Order: sequence, then structure tokens, then C-alpha cells
Amino acid sequence: MRHTLSVLVENKPGVLARVAGLFSGRGFNITSLTVGETEDATVSRMTIVVAGDDGILEQVSKQLNKLVDTIKVLDITGEAHVEHELVLIKVQAESGQRAEITQLAEIFRAKIVDVSEKSFILEITGSAEKVDAFIDLMRTFGIKELVRTGPVAMIREGKRKK
Amino acid sequence: MSQEISGAQIFVDSLKRQGVEVLFGYPGGVLLPIFDALFSADLKVILPRHEQGAAHMADGYSRATGKPGVCLATSGPGATNLVTGVATAYMDSIPMVVFTGQVATPLIGNDAFQEADITGITRPITKHNYLVKNVADIAPTIEEAFYIATTGRPGPVLVDLPKDITTAKCVPVYRGKVEMRSYHPNMEPHANQLKKAAAIIAEAKRPLIYAGGGVILSNASEELKALAEKINAPVTLTLMGLGAFPGTHKQFVGMLGMHGTRTANYAVQGSDVIIAVGARFDDRVTGRVDHFAPEAKIIHIDVDPASISKIVSVDVPVVADAKLALQGLIKELKPRTCDEWWGQLNEWLQKYPLTYDRKSAKIKPQAVIEELYRQGGSDLFVATDVGQHQMWTAQFYKFDRPRQLATSGGLGTMGYGFPAAIGAQMGLPGKPVAVVTGDGSFQMNMQELATAVVNKLPVKIILLNNGFLGMVRQWQELFHGKRYSSTIIKDSVDFVKLAEAFGATGLRVSDPTQLSATIKKAFAVEGPVLVDCIVEPEENVFPMVPAGAPIHEMLGELA
Repeated sequence: MRHTLSVLVENKPGVLARVAGLFSGRGFNITSLTVGETEDATVSRMTIVVAGDDGILEQVSKQLNKLVDTIKVLDITGEAHVEHELVLIKVQAESGQRAEITQLAEIFRAKIVDVSEKSFILEITGSAEKVDAFIDLMRTFGIKELVRTGPVAMIREGKRKK
Repeated sequence: MSQEISGAQIFVDSLKRQGVEVLFGYPGGVLLPIFDALFSADLKVILPRHEQGAAHMADGYSRATGKPGVCLATSGPGATNLVTGVATAYMDSIPMVVFTGQVATPLIGNDAFQEADITGITRPITKHNYLVKNVADIAPTIEEAFYIATTGRPGPVLVDLPKDITTAKCVPVYRGKVEMRSYHPNMEPHANQLKKAAAIIAEAKRPLIYAGGGVILSNASEELKALAEKINAPVTLTLMGLGAFPGTHKQFVGMLGMHGTRTANYAVQGSDVIIAVGARFDDRVTGRVDHFAPEAKIIHIDVDPASISKIVSVDVPVVADAKLALQGLIKELKPRTCDEWWGQLNEWLQKYPLTYDRKSAKIKPQAVIEELYRQGGSDLFVATDVGQHQMWTAQFYKFDRPRQLATSGGLGTMGYGFPAAIGAQMGLPGKPVAVVTGDGSFQMNMQELATAVVNKLPVKIILLNNGFLGMVRQWQELFHGKRYSSTIIKDSVDFVKLAEAFGATGLRVSDPTQLSATIKKAFAVEGPVLVDCIVEPEENVFPMVPAGAPIHEMLGELA
């Protein structure tokens, strides 16, 4: 099963290497990992998506907690939360297709951030579901390049279970 | 204290503040400022002959005394030579603070002379590590390093010190008490968990206490004994746990696992409740996991939450310091007996004692250990190397007190024993210290004979010489059709002459009737003595659970 972990760590050199090393050293698989500063510049938040059964997830959480630089580990999979990622798509856009792509982009609230003679770069943010649906639609036009950040996540206010 | 002093001086002052009495260190280019400061410091510095020796010495010192061991090596090869010793300590949760020199900060990352990314290299084998980049950070980092190494589940912490920060100056600030927002080991047991555990134990018909090195690390031996006696449960120990419960106690059923006693392994398989304390269900203990203790509910006391339900699913976890948890648990329990269970256990104990052929014309390795125990008893501190001699020591030496044994359990590091014994001797001045080693293991760090001789450390080296890399040979005999590939090492070294070349005493014994007198002589002679015991070459360690088998399926006719 897919789990989303929200991990607060000290914003210090080497922390990402410690986390990445923990996953590779213990044979856990990372689906995605994003990291950046929080409202407190001395703290970083990592959003880690991991696939595995409950036993593996328990070990992942415990091992992350065991790192001296880890402040807090939350498995937010079962919590009410917002989970968004950002995707850039370079899509084939010949003159006959531009209107249709623009329309689809509007429906999905994607932005056209670059226009060239034969292609657009589109930017879309949102849940994995929405983003995947949009990518599928764009395939019909021909995707030249694609990059996705992996999700970042945040628990909704007042919705924590425990 | 408002005077500016050098980073090297801050290093020395920080160690003094931590109560460090001895440092095992090897100098080098980037460590010149630190060794210059050490030259006039009131701190004993032991120079090993190889940095690996320094790491194992710090480890042995820690296991013997309970204090954190401290070692120091230069950048690059000095630092990488420590790696095996650091990994050894990490696997056995031994508190150590390891210092390495590093090239000056402007050179880091340039592939400078003697540069190695030692914090990168040791990240998976340290509890934590630091690269200090500012002279003002030296004092607080060393305080944190000692705090982390010695609290919670202990372990080695490495501090990498670039040369330029050891010559830079500042006014050091010592915080005294360390507070970290990201590190809070949980020491206090949860009262409800203790109640649950007590209820299960009260219902148990065939309880078993399975204890490991955590009991020794948390100084919980008295509590373990009190619990065992209160509930009349048999006690089995892991290799790391030996001495945590008296080896001569009538409730002790021996070590468990791959080379454990039949009684201990049968007790695991027959028990209905296992109380695991400071042990981590290592594969050498469990054998085939899905057949491990099939009828038992498991209570697991461990200070490291990640140890719980890692290998075996646990019914009642108690995340806490072993001493505090045992104290709490004892209060929750009423005295009881297990007469029926003891009827069965005593039958096994009588039927399956550890034994060997005592009428042999050659010296049996087990006989050497028994003789060493007869003479050394509970006074002698014993270190071992890794292999057959290690298992025979675990089986035949009755360790009656904690911190009596230093052995590389988790990593299984050949070459560990002799330097560990030297470190232990530094921590136990005037006390008898021996290392039981093999002709294979000893050759991995025999250069430390110089360290023992120069520092007048009277370690007795009991070398079981069988001419083989014995444990691998045993597996080749049993599982690879006796094809002794690269395990024959006989007649390659004259160990008596070797000892003499270093200025130590060398003795040799091959006649069983001379064994006792020879060991007696080794203890009588001053200074380090090597006893080259020529033993039965193809003796096997039995009983034995083949890798991957359930632990009740043991090989070995006699035992």
C-alpha cells in the first residue's frame, strides 16, 4: 500500500543523505521524496511516499525516528490532508491543436508557461489523481518531456485523528 | 575563562570535562595540533600499532568499565582504518566517541592528500556523526557526542575535526547539560504495558526469560536476577548477554541459538511466554523465524523502539530502559513456582549437558576453556576473537558477572579480541585479563603485541591453535563435502617466537597433562604472555543449528 509520511528534520547538512541512506541500507523503496524548508528555517519537512505493508511502514517510521536529526515522523495516509504535486509537461502543439490543448488546460486549471512554434510547456498542480488524468489527456497530443516533483502534503486544520 | 584558546586545546579540555581518562589514538598530519595539545595534557594516551586496534581498544575499555571509550585517528587512511572497529561497536551498541582528523575546511571535497569523506563512510555504522566546521562548535559538539553515545540505546558517535579549526581560536562555551529537540530516548516504562506483561506472566505455565546485552548496558543484572527468582523462570542468555545472569545459577539453562544448549533452544520452542529483555532476536538466535517459539506470547523490553517487532511480532512491547522496566515489572508480580516446567527442563539439562571427549590424547579446545575457567573464575575478564574458540568460550566459561566478557557478537569481527583485551586492561588496572583467540583471528591484529608490551599491560593470550580457520572449516566439513578451500593455515607462524620478537613471553603446550601448569605459568609470569595451545585440529562446535533451520533441529551427538 502507498503511504505518505510527513517528516520534520533538522535543517542541517547531510540530513537528506542520512534519510536516503536509511532507505537504501534497509531495502525500503522510496516512491517519491520532496524536501524543503518550513516556516522555521532551522527545520525542513520531507514528504516521503513509500510503498509497503504495515510491517514495513512501522519499521520505516521507527528507523526514521531513530535518526538523531529527526524531530517528528507522521504517517498521514489515514488523515484528512492535502497532497499536491507540481508537474511540467512539454507537449506537442501544432497550430491545429493549440485551441484544444488550451481548453483542456483551462478545465484542469493548468497554466501554459511557455509557448514555442511547435510546443507548449504546461504547469499543473494538484492531487496525483488529477495530475495523472491530465497527463493521460496530453499523451494524445504527444508528450515530449515531463517532470514531476512528487507530492508535498499538509494535514487539514483541526482534522488530526489522535 | 574568557581567554581564547585553540580548537586543539578545547578538544583536550572537553575530554577532561567528560571525565575521559584514557584515549586510544594514532597521530598523523592533520592531528599535529591535537597531539601537541595532548603532549602536555593530564590524559593517558595509548598508541596502538594500527588504527583498527585503537577502535577495538576503546570498545573493550567501554565493555569492561561501562564508560564511553574514546579513540582518535588521522584523516584518510587513519579514519578508514577505524571503520571496522566502529561498525563492531555499532552492532553491539557500545558507547564510543570516535574522533578523526580531517583536511582543512577549504580543502574538503578537493581530493586533498589523506582526505576521505569519513562522515559519509560511517553514516550507516554510527549512531550519529558530525563534521565540525567552526572552532566555536567543537565544545558543544563534543558534549552532544558523549550525550548521544551514552544515552538511550548506546552506540558510537564520530566527530570529524578539520585541521584548521583545531588551530583556530575562540572562547569555548560549555553548556554542561545537553538538550536536543530531536533526540529524546524513552527511558520510563509505560505502566499499562507493565500491567499487561505482568498479567501474561502470571498466567504462564512455561515462562522463559531471554536476555541480551541490553541488560549489561543498562546495569540491570540485579533486577534480572530478582525477576527470575521471583517467578522461578529459567533464564537463557544471548552471546552478548553472557554474565548478565550468573552462569552458575541453577535457573540458568545456557546460551540459546545456533550454538546454544539443547535445553535453552528446547525451552524457547516449548515456552508459552517469553520475556525478552535487551535482546533483539538476531538470526543467530532465532534460526528459522517462522518456527521460532511457536507457542509463546512475547513480551519485549527494549530501549530502542525499532527493535520491537522488527523480526518477531511482539505481543507486549515495553519501550524503556531495561533496569527501570524490570524494577517496575517485579513490583507487579507475585512470587510463583513453575514445578512442572522445571521437571521438563531438568530432564533436558541432565540428558543434554555440553560435553566433549575428555579422554583425548590431544588437547581439546573445550578443555582449555574449562581450565581457564577453573583458574580464572569470576575474577578474570575475558575477551574473545571470532570463530570456534569464541563459541567454546561462550559454552564452557561460566560468566558470573556482567562486564566480564568482551566479544564481537553482531559484526563477528576477527581481530577484535586482542586489542579489546588491551583496552579492557587499561580500564581494569591490576585485574586479570585474558583473550581467547584462534590462530586465524590473532593474526588479524597481532601487531598490538607491541602496544601491550610497551605499556606493560599483562594481557594473557590463550591461542587455540588448530591450523585452520576453524569455523569456516567446520561449515566446509558439514555442508561443502570437506573441501577445505582457503581454510588451512597450519605451520605458518611460530607464535612463541612471534611473542618473543615483541618482547612478550611465549609458551607452548600440546600435551593435555601440561595444560593446567602452562596456564598457571602464564598467570604467574609478569607482563603479556602468549600461550600457543596446540589443539585437536578438526574439533567441531556442537550442538549446532544449521543456518535456516528451526532452533530445535540441532546437530551434534554428544551435546
